[in-house]
Amino acid sequence: MTASTGPRTLYDKIFDDHVIDRQEDGTCLLYIDRHLVHEVTSPQAFEGLRMTGRKVRSPEKTLAVVDHNIQTTDRSKGIQEEESRIQVEALAKNAKDFGVEYFNELDKRQGIVHIVGPEQGFTLPGTTIVCGDSHTSTHGAFGALAHGIGTSEVEHVLATQTLIQKKAKNMLVQVDGTPAPGVGAKDITLAIIGEIGTAGGTGSVIEYAGEAIRGLTMEGRMTVCNMSIEGGARAGMVAPDQKAFDYLQGRPKAPKGEAWDAAVRYWETLRSDEGAHFDRVVKLDAANLPPIVSWGTSPEDVISVLGAVPDPELIADEVKRASKKRALEYMGLTAGTRMTEIPLDVIWIGSCTNGRIEDLRTVAKIVEGKKIHDSLDYAMIVPGSGLVKQQAELEGLDKIFLAAGFEWREPGCSMCLGMNPDQLKPGQRAASTSNRNFEGRQGYRGRTHLVSPAMAAAAALTGHFVDVRQLG
Amino acid sequence: MQPFTTLTSTPAPMKVVNVDTDMIIPKQYLKTIKRTGLGTALFSEMRYKEDGSENPDFVLNQPAYRKAEILVAGDNFGCGSSREHAPWALLDFGIRCVISTSFADIFYNNCFKNGILPIKVTPEQLEMLFDDAERGSNATLTIDLEKQTIKGPDGGEISFEIDPFRKHCLLNGLDDIGLTMEKSSKIEAFEDKLKQRAWA
Repeated sequence: MTASTGPRTLYDKIFDDHVIDRQEDGTCLLYIDRHLVHEVTSPQAFEGLRMTGRKVRSPEKTLAVVDHNIQTTDRSKGIQEEESRIQVEALAKNAKDFGVEYFNELDKRQGIVHIVGPEQGFTLPGTTIVCGDSHTSTHGAFGALAHGIGTSEVEHVLATQTLIQKKAKNMLVQVDGTPAPGVGAKDITLAIIGEIGTAGGTGSVIEYAGEAIRGLTMEGRMTVCNMSIEGGARAGMVAPDQKAFDYLQGRPKAPKGEAWDAAVRYWETLRSDEGAHFDRVVKLDAANLPPIVSWGTSPEDVISVLGAVPDPELIADEVKRASKKRALEYMGLTAGTRMTEIPLDVIWIGSCTNGRIEDLRTVAKIVEGKKIHDSLDYAMIVPGSGLVKQQAELEGLDKIFLAAGFEWREPGCSMCLGMNPDQLKPGQRAASTSNRNFEGRQGYRGRTHLVSPAMAAAAALTGHFVDVRQLG
Repeated sequence: MQPFTTLTSTPAPMKVVNVDTDMIIPKQYLKTIKRTGLGTALFSEMRYKEDGSENPDFVLNQPAYRKAEILVAGDNFGCGSSREHAPWALLDFGIRCVISTSFADIFYNNCFKNGILPIKVTPEQLEMLFDDAERGSNATLTIDLEKQTIKGPDGGEISFEIDPFRKHCLLNGLDDIGLTMEKSSKIEAFEDKLKQRAWA
């Protein structure tokens, strides 16, 4: 296998530009431009370096930030939970010992690694970006080739600034039309996953294109690329355009002056050529898309908010039928129940999927001057980074949230994966703007329904799902 | 890394699709800073009851499968998070081979870094292997990586595909980083070329 010839896709171009070595069987050594590191998937990698006497090859291409483990309440007196504290302290020490820049839990720039990267201009078009976290696909919104890796690969990248890779397939997801007001990036991504299934993108890199994707803000594109992994694709990407350049210009780590101009000239070439080959093309019309809600324990288990819980008995395949029956049992739902009739206990807003300023503005607009519903146990908002939090407070959004009865927390991954004290209790049912509704994901025996920030906000006011389009 | 050559074991059937890495190892066990000792946490939310006692219905708690080194599972095994704790937990429990119709990409990769062989088979072959596995300790499978075959209890044989480079590394227990370090002059040459792109 040689480098791609003829018309190339965006993925082909970035991949080709990073190949250091290509073996006969197509296995490539790929150069990695940017490496993000967090506390949960890195300690064993640094330990590996110590044991073998290896160094971090390019500390300046590595950025460490703490996000998964930390409490979202006051952190001025340190990390409360002992095991979490040990992991956080290990990251601080590793960053110091190996000369890697590190944002600790009190740093204004700290936040969820995938929100911090773009915010700092560390994420750039045309770069290869990896992190020991599957939602690294987020950075693809800028036209970067970005994907999650395991801890052994984290160690490999730290030691060599490269990754052993085989070229994935090219998949195009084209989303046409303009969605209705209240329907947005999260509904688009959930609809795509519903369409292709949670293994639909396995072995592929997805390029998102079409009018609806072009129409999204950078925040929206990040939401879509973020959940590529829920459709099985390690990476998702959007060709960079003026919106991407405008977002990045002036960010602390973005190039400046002549370097910026040279970069933009190159970035403008980063689009799929006319006639480039895609192994698979999926088309979706956003114009008639309703708000989407998940009903089961896989992100492919989605339905319109106006729909009802589907009947697993109608599935022909035995193993799949049994799995979906198990999902309904876990979720405490019966087939035929209308989605709008399911009572909720918790509203959770945040994550690398939907913890950006635009998401918080959407929520604020819906809940301003109103109160969260009495039947809820609580409603919580966790900003994606310290800078998102600061911006929200500058705009007075925190006051709107607090007046409506929301909790307003410190930034981090929080209940998206529940590694910190923010967890659902057994049986508690949440509308969540996160990315995974797996069994136990947000807390042991907790029940998660994935929704957009607008849908979560609307559900907070009523205690159940409502069609946010009808709120006017 | 321990090389993988051949393996003979009773296979354990797990007839669930989309087994995600949260299921394989829940988040509370990710706070470790070590790679070892995660075997007791494997599938913990399915494997143990709320009081911490074993759930007798769970496949790996049944007498025939407690020492299984092969897991036969439904489609899209290992989806979700990139946590390498999932293969670490499987390995620590004793599982050295997982067979399914498909695997999530990151999990698939992570297996090879830890001496675990993930094998992709067709839906028909998976059905047969589920049948074999459900026979309990009366049935064993023999995996031969060199020959790329799975031999069933009744003498039937299934061939499987595997990437030649990955096969080579697994057969010899090779360390990726060591292999890449041998190419350091190529990496340096690439970095020299990169200097033309001051922005990168």
